[in-house]
Amino acid sequence: MNTLFGEKKTEAKKIVFTSVDQYPEAPISLATTLSNFTGDWRTFIPVIIEEKCVKCYICWKFCPEPAIYIREDGYVGIDYDYCKGCGICANECPTNAITMEKEEK
Amino acid sequence: MAEYKPIRKVVSGNYAAAYAVKHARVQVVAAYPITPQTSIIEKIAEFIANGEADIQYVPVESEHSAMAASIGASAAGARAFTATSAQGLALMHEMLHWASGARLPVVMVNVNRAMAPPWSVWDDQTDSLAQRDTGWMQFYAENNQEVYDGVLMSFKVAETVNVPAMVIESAFILSHTYDVVEMIPQELVDEFLPPRKPLYDLADFSRAISVGALATPNDYYEFRYKLAKAMEDAKKVIKDVGKEFGERFGRDYSEMIEKGYVDDADFVFMGMGSLMGTVKEAVDLLRKEGYKVGYAKVRWFRPFPKEELLEIAESVKGIAVLDRNFSFGQEGILFNEAKGVLYNTSARPIMKNYIVGLGGRDFTVPDVKAIAEDMKRVIEAGKLDREVEWYHLKR
Ligand code: SF4
Ligand code: SF4
Repeated sequence: MNTLFGEKKTEAKKIVFTSVDQYPEAPISLATTLSNFTGDWRTFIPVIIEEKCVKCYICWKFCPEPAIYIREDGYVGIDYDYCKGCGICANECPTNAITMEKEEK
Repeated sequence: MAEYKPIRKVVSGNYAAAYAVKHARVQVVAAYPITPQTSIIEKIAEFIANGEADIQYVPVESEHSAMAASIGASAAGARAFTATSAQGLALMHEMLHWASGARLPVVMVNVNRAMAPPWSVWDDQTDSLAQRDTGWMQFYAENNQEVYDGVLMSFKVAETVNVPAMVIESAFILSHTYDVVEMIPQELVDEFLPPRKPLYDLADFSRAISVGALATPNDYYEFRYKLAKAMEDAKKVIKDVGKEFGERFGRDYSEMIEKGYVDDADFVFMGMGSLMGTVKEAVDLLRKEGYKVGYAKVRWFRPFPKEELLEIAESVKGIAVLDRNFSFGQEGILFNEAKGVLYNTSARPIMKNYIVGLGGRDFTVPDVKAIAEDMKRVIEAGKLDREVEWYHLKR
């Protein structure tokens, strides 16, 4: 069962089960959520304006993906492998420190 | 183990349920009021307001949300409870699948009430039986004591096999009727029902998972098999927990079908819920009058006690199945289930289906006697004139 959870993002891959006994008891994500690179879906990209950020971490709480992390200096960073560009963080930020900009690909 | 001295209280079926929720140390209750379920939640709210129970109460705007919130709480690891009735249960239908599919041991009391229209608030089992295929276990209580005991046991069974459970009581006949209930001191309930150990720890961010994630045709099938197997495994757990309950507290629930006078009976009455109280009373009287009758009260409808039914069928000539419910276009639901079990065996007693008490119509001892007469006639004739009898119909 450990293999189900233990993977790091760098080694994340889809797990293939070949017998019913290998399945987890409840239908949880078969690979870790981390292997699902939701960053591929993005059209808009959140940009953080640090001067406005008050480090309340509301964006971190609301982000539906594992995309926002807290940096050592206390500001928030965005992991673009996972940011799907939904804009929830920008909508929730109380100081409008996040803007959504069209991403150039 | 502390010595067991029951605490006797005169309570309604609904209050019995609320006390059981408190004693089970439920952590989250999310519910929406619907007659005749309302007083369960009112009593729980009173416990919370008085500081007698440490329960997080989530007020919701519908039964669909009540089940959704219970599922969320259960997924996060809490012991979660809700209660509903009839149309409310129907509104939960979609969410019921989410609870069982995600293997979350939510426990719910459903107060059996007739489906509308015509509008009715009285007893009828069609509401809960319509949820037969949602993957929930179903326990039918005969009296207020069984409501209390049923809730406590259901948590233990549900949390062992990770399948949600419904405890079902009759509208008004139990929900609002006061009776003596023997309650168990808190420390003994705690010994019987320790804190829940969830399958997964959602708060462990180092092993991030999502619950109920997509499964392609390559995986869905196996998850369904796992739920089917858990239900099958639940039979042994139910019997073990029922036996343990008996050893600790003197009321034995090791049988999924409670039997009386079956061994030497020509025929038995089979049914579920409060109407079996009437049947048991009537069978005692009929025995004194020389009728060779018995009863088989189905406590657990899901998982269905096939093996126990087979044993009964081998020893009797007939089974009168009493259904306070109906599957339109076919027959009574318990009747249909029971007949199905017996198809592949040589034990084939004559079975007749009596539709009784729909929408709260009274079902009394003389009714049982009349049905006994009819059943006796059927067995003597050796054949059925009609398979399904609408017993109470004004003809
Ligand atoms: S846009 Fe959406 S996914 Fe990206 S960081 Fe903001 S909340 Fe998270
Ligand atoms: S919500 Fe806005 S202010 Fe708060 S931490 Fe995020 S970016 Fe900074």
